[in-house]
Amino acid sequence: MKWGMVIDLQKCTGCGECVAACKLENNVAIVEPKESEMGRTMLWMDMLTMYEGEYPRLRVRQFPRPCMHCDHPPCTKVCPVRATYKNEEGIVAQIYPQCIGCRYCMAACPYTVKSFNWYKPEWAPGIRETTNPDVSVRPAGVVEKCTFCVHRLQKAKEQAKSEGRTLREDDFQTACAESCPAGAIVFGDLDNTGHRVSSLSHSPRATRLLEDLGTEPKVIYLKEVD
Amino acid sequence: MEKAPAAPHPEYDLLRPIEDPGKSFYYIVAVLLVIILYTGYVYIRQLYYGLGVTGMAQPVTWGFYIINFVFFIGISHAGTLISAILRLSKAEWRRPITRMAEVITAIVLAIGGLHPIIDLGRPDRMSHLFFNGRLQSPLLWDITSITAYFTASTIYLYIPMIPDIAILRDRGVRPRWLYEFLSWGWQGTEQQHKVLDRAMNILMVVVIPIAISVHTIISYIFAMTVQPGWHSTIFGPYFVVGAIFSGIAAILVLMIVFRKVFHLERYLKLIHFNYLSVLLLIMSLLWFYFTFSEYLTGFYGHEPNEMRVFWYKFSGDFAPYFWTMVACNFLLPLILLSNRRTRTIPGILVASISVIIGMWLERLIIVVPSLANPRLPYPTGIYIPSHTEWVLFLGGVSVFILGYMLFARFFPVISIWEIQEGRQESAKAVTERITSYMPDPQPPLAKG
Repeated sequence: MKWGMVIDLQKCTGCGECVAACKLENNVAIVEPKESEMGRTMLWMDMLTMYEGEYPRLRVRQFPRPCMHCDHPPCTKVCPVRATYKNEEGIVAQIYPQCIGCRYCMAACPYTVKSFNWYKPEWAPGIRETTNPDVSVRPAGVVEKCTFCVHRLQKAKEQAKSEGRTLREDDFQTACAESCPAGAIVFGDLDNTGHRVSSLSHSPRATRLLEDLGTEPKVIYLKEVD
Repeated sequence: MEKAPAAPHPEYDLLRPIEDPGKSFYYIVAVLLVIILYTGYVYIRQLYYGLGVTGMAQPVTWGFYIINFVFFIGISHAGTLISAILRLSKAEWRRPITRMAEVITAIVLAIGGLHPIIDLGRPDRMSHLFFNGRLQSPLLWDITSITAYFTASTIYLYIPMIPDIAILRDRGVRPRWLYEFLSWGWQGTEQQHKVLDRAMNILMVVVIPIAISVHTIISYIFAMTVQPGWHSTIFGPYFVVGAIFSGIAAILVLMIVFRKVFHLERYLKLIHFNYLSVLLLIMSLLWFYFTFSEYLTGFYGHEPNEMRVFWYKFSGDFAPYFWTMVACNFLLPLILLSNRRTRTIPGILVASISVIIGMWLERLIIVVPSLANPRLPYPTGIYIPSHTEWVLFLGGVSVFILGYMLFARFFPVISIWEIQEGRQESAKAVTERITSYMPDPQPPLAKG
């Protein structure tokens, strides 16, 4: 099994629904406006904006950016305490109780996907009750990141086991994939030809971010057709 | 026990700071203690609230703490490495300098080594480094090499101090128990001198590779990532050269201060400053060579991400710091030290301070611009250190000054026995040595 994601930029409208869904699903802390101005906004799924060309022939491209879950992740190589590692299903995971907060993984990640808890996360009274009980709230001083909604995978696996069958593609999707109104994000097993990601990943439009670094990302983008 | 008679010691100038420290010593200590207490308060506040009290943010997640870490560890190369090289090469002029240099190493290394801990988001989980440590991580090599260097250099500082501590013990200087304990039963017998010599020789040889490994590994922390501006093969030697460079500057500043304060003109002569400042000049040229190679190869490679960092330093937000660094590390020392008329004590002091500032800027220029220019478009802010970070920096410097003052209060900063040995034996030994270098006389022509 090799979990991966395909993001079709032809379909993506840049609406930001995936960003919001991810934030709610994973209890990603909301920071004060002042903190946000300092560059401490916490997003596991970010919407990046790229400008191409010069004015007036300027072209703005937007693309969602989760963790790439690289096959050769630069972050796990440098972690001094085995707090970040790649599990046997290819998901790059972070053990929050083991992270010492040295932020070496953040410095090493070429995709800048990791967030750091500068302060103890706090929720406004109303929002506190809506946090997801399946996802732990990270304490101050640790690094956190997109997990491909691994808690949903866990649930789906248990469900499948209790029903005595193997895991199916529609058993579980990440929060971003599920919420995308355009259906631009597809999640599944790259090794399983029965999953849509597997066939989409072989599309001639398929490309990966910073491919030349040799990190082998498992997030595949489908290029826009001009 | 009655106090030993205060016979005028031949090297009384060196003992005076210990036997009669004077009042100003306590005033300065008080001021430093206030600063250090305040630093402690600021650090506890950081522990309580988290690293949010610093100016660091995403993507510039490493700031002052890492910069100062690299800087302090660099300064620490002053001592042991230089003193070991001078001892090993039998440079006779080393005698008044070595101990001063070694003390710098021991104190600064302890301060520098603490910085990564200050930088941790969860210092309470430090023990994971021992229980879950990954040998593949350069951070772990770093801990290993710094610990090894600290151990080796403190022993290397202590061993040659034993005969001097025995002098203090025999003169009945207080606190007696301290000197009694630390002198380790030294009586100055021939056997003891032999053991001391052998111990020093072993340490001298061991300490050099350890010292080089320390700064090489610090550079590896950066160079082993694929980040533009860091991923460089030259970083190992570049960092070592920079470390020795800033180290020599630090020794020179301390020597000038001690010479002035304790009236050590008889010991720290112009020739010492002259030799060391020429060494500083050579290191400045070497530093320029490395910097030039580093940026020229990057520029010719013209990799877009690399170039972004390059222009950020050369003409972007970091240009003022970059060009100040070049002026401080290269232009100013070159002008001041290559001219005999400006290679005076004030000139050397200015050049050394400028090198220390320049080398701090170099660390800033290595750490921040690479992080501030990630490959993917990312909303970036400029890194502005907070009050907390400044206070902790000042606190580090204060701990250094206090540590050095306390050392000088209890132990001679210039090795008394080595000076005496130099006076009594060196002239003969050096003559013998030079004779041994000379070509052998022609064998008499065989009569045919």
